[in-house]
Amino acid sequence: MDELLKILKTNALESADNIAKMLDCSTEEVRERIAAYEKQGVIRGYQAIVNEDVLKMDRVTAVIEVRVSPEREGGFNRIAERISKFNEVQSLYLMSGDFDLLLFVVGRDLKEVAFFVSEKLATIEGVHGTATHFMLKTYKHHGVFMESPDEYERLKVTP
Amino acid sequence: MSTNDSKSRPDVIARQLTAVPRSGIRDFFEIVSTMQDVISLGIGEPDFDAPWHIREASVFALERGATSYTSNLGLLSLRQAIARYLEETMGLAYCPKSEILISVGVSEALDLAIRAICNPGDEILYHEPCYVSYGPLIQFAHGVPVPVPTTMEHEFRLTRTALEERVTPRTKALLLNYPNNPTGAALTYDDARMLADFVQAHDLILITDEIYAELTYDQKHVSVAAFPGMHERTIFLHGFSKAWAMTGFRIGYACAPAALTDAMMKIHQYTMLCAPILSQEAAREALRQAGEDVELMKTEYRKRRNFLLRSFADIGLPCFTPRGAFYAFPSIASTGLTAHDFAFGLLEQEKVACVPGTAFGPSGEGFVRCAYATSLDAIKEAVTRIARFIGR
Repeated sequence: MDELLKILKTNALESADNIAKMLDCSTEEVRERIAAYEKQGVIRGYQAIVNEDVLKMDRVTAVIEVRVSPEREGGFNRIAERISKFNEVQSLYLMSGDFDLLLFVVGRDLKEVAFFVSEKLATIEGVHGTATHFMLKTYKHHGVFMESPDEYERLKVTP
Repeated sequence: MSTNDSKSRPDVIARQLTAVPRSGIRDFFEIVSTMQDVISLGIGEPDFDAPWHIREASVFALERGATSYTSNLGLLSLRQAIARYLEETMGLAYCPKSEILISVGVSEALDLAIRAICNPGDEILYHEPCYVSYGPLIQFAHGVPVPVPTTMEHEFRLTRTALEERVTPRTKALLLNYPNNPTGAALTYDDARMLADFVQAHDLILITDEIYAELTYDQKHVSVAAFPGMHERTIFLHGFSKAWAMTGFRIGYACAPAALTDAMMKIHQYTMLCAPILSQEAAREALRQAGEDVELMKTEYRKRRNFLLRSFADIGLPCFTPRGAFYAFPSIASTGLTAHDFAFGLLEQEKVACVPGTAFGPSGEGFVRCAYATSLDAIKEAVTRIARFIGR
């Protein structure tokens, strides 16, 4: 992956000026390359990584395995797109293995997610079965630890 | 013996020890360690922890009961892995059974190498600025340290002229450390060929400390040890501290022809016996996926190096582009301060620690060493404070 993208994936707030220093190029070039990535749709947006556990947000996240039948000509795409349009669905992936689609769904509480699964998801034509797992605690999200581990103290000056 | 006794007997401490001055870096360290919220560019070690798979392998070895001595030379499986690694990455051929000795860091290996070859009065050439232990270790071995100054104008590389001026019939060896701590200098192919030629022309031993071999940014590392005719007269030193972020494991190695390895082994077996087995197990794991770990950290260091260099340029501190290791060595001559006053002033006024160049020998005057093996955020803040300190 381009070093520029790696830097933005680590810290999307890094200024073009600083990135230019790191990559040893001009600030203008950095701005142009970022604009090009945005235009090509490589960069889809910029978000903060929030530890929702500490916000006590009264909401739950469920990971749902879904088995579906692929359609002639459409494959999994049409049904996946259909499911992904629900606001409750945060992420959706096509998987290999025992099930086909993996969904990350959020709701206010267990009841709301259960309602979504039984009333909306399971009733879609082509959906054969679902298995819902509720997330209890987040330890690491998108490569970021949600709690900073205790730092082992290092010497401040060494030869 | 009580303190009083040592006062009444001035000869209590061995003479060759009293002749060696205290390390300049120690005094500095004493002050820094009492201060709060210091941003440190003074650390000669990676800010990364050792990769998890390496730590995990060490824990696994401990669970299996790896708590014993190993052979004096070190685990054969580790020596075999090292032989393979050196052959693949640097084109060096060493026999794992007789030509590789696992040591407690390169620091011990360097001491072994010098003691193995040095007779009283033998002169050992080395470049300066250099790592703090070179001169003292030669003195401990009753040898004569002969520093060869290097300059920013020549990118801190050794020149043939400077070497020829200092070589005498008593010269026994040339000691090298490229990529270099503290300057970040690295050798070009032509430099390495010149050095190999110089060593052979004067029938010297080469001791080459290549602890930063993996960390080069603009070119592939060249080892003087790999040139024709060098194997028989070279002690090659390397280890895991820097490229694998394993400083605290204290694990390094020396490679040399069997007779030289045997000589080093005599000292090692009586002073150290063997390197810690857990560290040897960790090193074995490090070599299993050698390239990936190192590449990841190197990419980070390169970005930080570029950032620091551009920032120094922005505030008008001239700095030679370091080609390797993780140090920048800017000239602070334009501030009118000595290296000592610059470093202590910066620490006092702005709480930024960097090491005065003179800690690495008199030719380090006018320079400070800034390690960029620290987080980018720390580097950014340090540069802002340095700019404020020098009023730019």
